[in-house]
Amino acid sequence: MRPPELVCPAGTPAAMRTAVEAGADAVYCGFQNATNARNFPGLNFTPGELERAIRHAHENGTKVLLAINTFPPAGKVDLWRDAVDLGARLGVDAYIVADIGVADYIARNHPDIRLHLSVQAAASSPEAIKWYCREFGVKRVVLPRILTVSEIKAIAREIPCEIETFIFGNHGLMVEGRCSLTNYITGQSTNYDGVCSPAADVEYRRDEEGNLSTRLGDFTIDCFSCNETAGYPTICKGRYLTPARNEGYYAFEEPISLNLSSLLPDLMAAGVNALKIEGRQRSRAYVKNVVSSFRKAVDAIMAGEEPPLADLIALTEGQKQTEGAFKSKTWR
Amino acid sequence: MKPNLTIGPILFHWPAEKKLEFYARIAEEAPVDTVYLGEVVCSKRSPFFEQYYEDVAERLTRAGKKVVFSSLAEIMLKRERNMMAGFCEIEDHEIEINDASALWHLDGHKFRVGPLMNAYNEETLRYLAGKGATHFAMPTELPGSSVAIMASAARDVGAGSEVQVFGRAQLALSARCYHARAHGRIKDNCQFVCELDPDGMPLRTLDGNDFLAINGIQTLSHKYINLMAELPQLREMGITHFRLVPQDVDMVAVAKIWRAALDGVISPEEGQKRLDALNLPAPFANGFWHGQAGVKKVAVERALASL
Repeated sequence: MRPPELVCPAGTPAAMRTAVEAGADAVYCGFQNATNARNFPGLNFTPGELERAIRHAHENGTKVLLAINTFPPAGKVDLWRDAVDLGARLGVDAYIVADIGVADYIARNHPDIRLHLSVQAAASSPEAIKWYCREFGVKRVVLPRILTVSEIKAIAREIPCEIETFIFGNHGLMVEGRCSLTNYITGQSTNYDGVCSPAADVEYRRDEEGNLSTRLGDFTIDCFSCNETAGYPTICKGRYLTPARNEGYYAFEEPISLNLSSLLPDLMAAGVNALKIEGRQRSRAYVKNVVSSFRKAVDAIMAGEEPPLADLIALTEGQKQTEGAFKSKTWR
Repeated sequence: MKPNLTIGPILFHWPAEKKLEFYARIAEEAPVDTVYLGEVVCSKRSPFFEQYYEDVAERLTRAGKKVVFSSLAEIMLKRERNMMAGFCEIEDHEIEINDASALWHLDGHKFRVGPLMNAYNEETLRYLAGKGATHFAMPTELPGSSVAIMASAARDVGAGSEVQVFGRAQLALSARCYHARAHGRIKDNCQFVCELDPDGMPLRTLDGNDFLAINGIQTLSHKYINLMAELPQLREMGITHFRLVPQDVDMVAVAKIWRAALDGVISPEEGQKRLDALNLPAPFANGFWHGQAGVKKVAVERALASL
């Protein structure tokens, strides 16, 4: 078994240094604009920051993957092309892309730089993946978080490129790249602005009885009594009413984190080439803890030992975790 | 060119009799040019209507409508992969694809690009046109300013351009079935509970506001998109096709109003009045078109309606 690449989030230059020093084989990051799917205030890199960060990463043997993984809306394609060209000048090791036009631009203008297909492309079948490989020379696909380990194994046998899967972090419920919920409520698009539940549209409202409503735009996403911990208002993690239910329920999913640590050996045996940790919006301390824990775990598995993973549960959302779709079809 | 009025695929799991009745009325009474057939949302539903497509397509064709088949939008399981492979072999009618896996099968064949294909820009449009795409239905959230560029790029490659002007917005897809979840079931054992909600299962916020509508693995807007006020603007852009997405309402009446407005028989203001008079079960919204929150209803002044 070849050791899988541990691919770690770098939301800021400091987080990137932390991830590199904690044992990341590769880090992924983006510029400070709509060209990447974590276009949040205070996150991401200026060109100068990325240049320095790439130097530091390469000195430590860590690859830098540049996420240009949103869909340029017609009329704004230049911003995405500029990001691509800048990435090439700064020496990124690979691009992570979702849009067909962007992939085509890279394949024609920067054929020597590796192309990874973003989870935002929602390529969930061997045929879709093979098409992107054939057309653009894609070297790796980041699989949607909707497949079981045995389905991943079956896909690995049929496709000509590497596989990267998420192992830890936010547990998105909608097929990524195919969700306009945030845009419906806020006017900011996940697909072309790189934004999901933007902080500027979030509001926390407490009533006289001490209940806390979390709101996005004009809508209440959840409501918490005094003894509950309020979560961030993400539409797919909210509680709603429907005639089939007597009270508010999590219509899509509970606020819960993805943690595949117990499935790591299975994923590695299934032929997964790279293991991705979500969380470019997370703190340095979080990145340090998660990356070093998974570094130890992967190294232990490679050495044939039992992986130590108990610490990771403390880092999951509300200390609740799930194997999501990966373990069993019953999740669906 | 005469504007083409279309009926999109039925998104909901209506019983076969209800679908047959719907298409019979569309064939006989609805002044539409094109009808899209096929199950887009859930592969488990497909077998229920498979046997009727040939007859329905023939009936619509005899009534002078063009029939186009729409593909599934999520391809993951072996069953779905096989369905998509078979779908791409349809020869008697044009096909509209909603998942990239179709591109693998379609090498060299003509196809239409559906609204769930993420063709957001003119570069992607040109690339797909080079692969055989002849028609582009715009992603629902794409603002009018971008649609104008897409329409022009489509015209340049000799392709059609289509905008959804009526019906709930298709906001998200998942691998999980939220209909089954609401009823304490899982997708494999759903017992087709989505059949209970022919216009989607309403989700309201905890403080009682209408919010979204669930349709199996799909999440729709509660509000219906309505671009009647923007019609002059759409015409000026050169949009060739205007799509009505079927809801559980009198779609023949909706189609008649749109036909009259498209043909200039009535003004958009009159069209709006007539749509309002139908007393539909949800309010209208047009925010996406104006680059604002999709849920919003932006007032359109007649003077501004043509850019």
